[in-house]
Amino acid sequence: MIERRTISNVLFDWANALVLGVLGLVCLYPMLHVLFGSFSDPRLLISHTGLLLRPLGFITKGYEIVFNNPNIWSGYANTLFYVVVGTVLRMSMTMLGAYVLAQKDFMLRKVLMLMFVFTMYFGGGLIPDYLLITKLKMLNTRWAIIVPSLIATWNMIILRTAFSQVPASLEESARLDGAGDMTILFRIIAPTTKASIAVIIMYYAVGEWNSWFSAAIYLPARRDLYPLQLFLREILIANSMGGNTTANTSAGFTDADSVAALIEDVVRYCTIVVATVPILCVYPFVQKYFVKGVMMGSIKE
Amino acid sequence: MTKPQAVSAVPQVGEKSFFTRLKANYRRHKSLYIICVPILLYYIIFKYLPMFGVVIAFQDFRPGLGFTGSPFVGLKYFVEFLTNPTASRTIRNTIVLNLYNLAFGFPAPIILALLLNEMRGSRYKKAIQTVSYLPHFISLVVVCGILKDFSASYGIFNDFTALFGREPEALLGNVDLYRGLYVGSGIWKNIGWGSILYLATLSGTDPNLYEAAVIDGAGRWKQLVHITIPTIVPITILQLIMRVGSMMSEGAEKTILLYSPLVYEKADIISSFVYRRGLQEANFSFGAAVGLFNSIINLCLLVGANWASKKATGESMW
Repeated sequence: MIERRTISNVLFDWANALVLGVLGLVCLYPMLHVLFGSFSDPRLLISHTGLLLRPLGFITKGYEIVFNNPNIWSGYANTLFYVVVGTVLRMSMTMLGAYVLAQKDFMLRKVLMLMFVFTMYFGGGLIPDYLLITKLKMLNTRWAIIVPSLIATWNMIILRTAFSQVPASLEESARLDGAGDMTILFRIIAPTTKASIAVIIMYYAVGEWNSWFSAAIYLPARRDLYPLQLFLREILIANSMGGNTTANTSAGFTDADSVAALIEDVVRYCTIVVATVPILCVYPFVQKYFVKGVMMGSIKE
Repeated sequence: MTKPQAVSAVPQVGEKSFFTRLKANYRRHKSLYIICVPILLYYIIFKYLPMFGVVIAFQDFRPGLGFTGSPFVGLKYFVEFLTNPTASRTIRNTIVLNLYNLAFGFPAPIILALLLNEMRGSRYKKAIQTVSYLPHFISLVVVCGILKDFSASYGIFNDFTALFGREPEALLGNVDLYRGLYVGSGIWKNIGWGSILYLATLSGTDPNLYEAAVIDGAGRWKQLVHITIPTIVPITILQLIMRVGSMMSEGAEKTILLYSPLVYEKADIISSFVYRRGLQEANFSFGAAVGLFNSIINLCLLVGANWASKKATGESMW
């Protein structure tokens, strides 16, 4: 975009900057609100109206309550398990699949591709999936969270495209040196497609960290296996239909009892912070892969 | 013992049969075929078996009787779904909600990308981009939790509506506001992330085009209309096809997190209905029937959108 410095251009630039600035603030504000709220005195919070621009008072009672909640710890541990084990298994399967599909000399390549892609557009649906897991005796086990989603077809296709761009000569010379498929995949192809692999790892790991639905379906009787997001759902969604705290607004807030009754709001904010901080910690490291990640997904087959 | 047959099955050299070539291919790449086994097993068990499981949509399925023993009832559950008003309203809701999403959620990232593209001052621009990508990484549960908190009767949204003299109320319980909140929070979550694709496409535009346009006397608006926008048209169409193709399958998780019986009237969509009535209330056959109905419509939409796009613009997914 090239432009002259005319008045209308300058005006547009300022207006544009303003609009984008407001948009940025709108994106950021809800997170700040939660952060400030998590440190606020619940008595001040309930009577406050409008934007929350700083913590009202300063208490850490909410965080104490969150850290004393055994569910949060077991949720954290379970989520960590699902993310680590799930991502390792998913990556292994996805890379193997992508490797096979990238072999031009492999005769079943086209048939398999068709067979896999079809599942992206058509499936049995929720109920048959559920019945299958029941039949496989996986219901209420950790495997129900990981195994049914071992391969995200889309990710495998993206990776296949990356793999097939590795120069064939690299592979051939390795094969002449007696390298097997595994050596070629992990020693030759993986190092040259590092960025693409990183993107898929990011997709799988973030997806698993944030997922709750499969656990809600497949772990009905095992609270001890719940991932963090499912406890979050209980705390944020199920127990708060909104409006329950307003009943207390007219009463006095001088005694400790009302703090205990009101702190629920603050605890909710604290829970969100505790559950979201890990994602925000890795955010700067994965940021450099965003453009690559999105562009890889936009290729058409 | 069938030697003669085997011999006759081997065709002329240079025109080998499929199976002969397959055999040769297998001998040469044995390890590839072995690697395929777990991948293939995964797809057969977890993707294709459930497709055959949809037979229960045509049965009165009882877990005790199994897939083969349950009585066949034909289209009973499909008829029930289409004739029961509480059920069939989910079709209307699914369509309306997705049209809203298409009308507002789809163009939002494109507009953001265009605005960002007009911007110089790279540090400010970078900061806005970084901030706008952030919500994409916040979990759906948290987004819905925040939305619930903000729209509670004591929440921040009501502080603003109070400025216009509205009584405080739990906004998510208001059937007329539900769709707006649903679509709006979706835009909040995805506008930044969605804009990356368009921005990256725009960054590949040939700068000579703009220079030539300036020499020809094109102003900023003309450059936008004649250079910038045509650059992103193909990718926009592909995105639109994909969006339409996944219209019916999206939204179950978010709906289940956000809705309540107060707003079922407009909030309940097909996928959330399958979850509630099919799974939670264990009406497996009915749920499977509704799910199958949904999948088929979805597939039709995808094929239709792709066909229309191929006709109109030459862009298509396959």
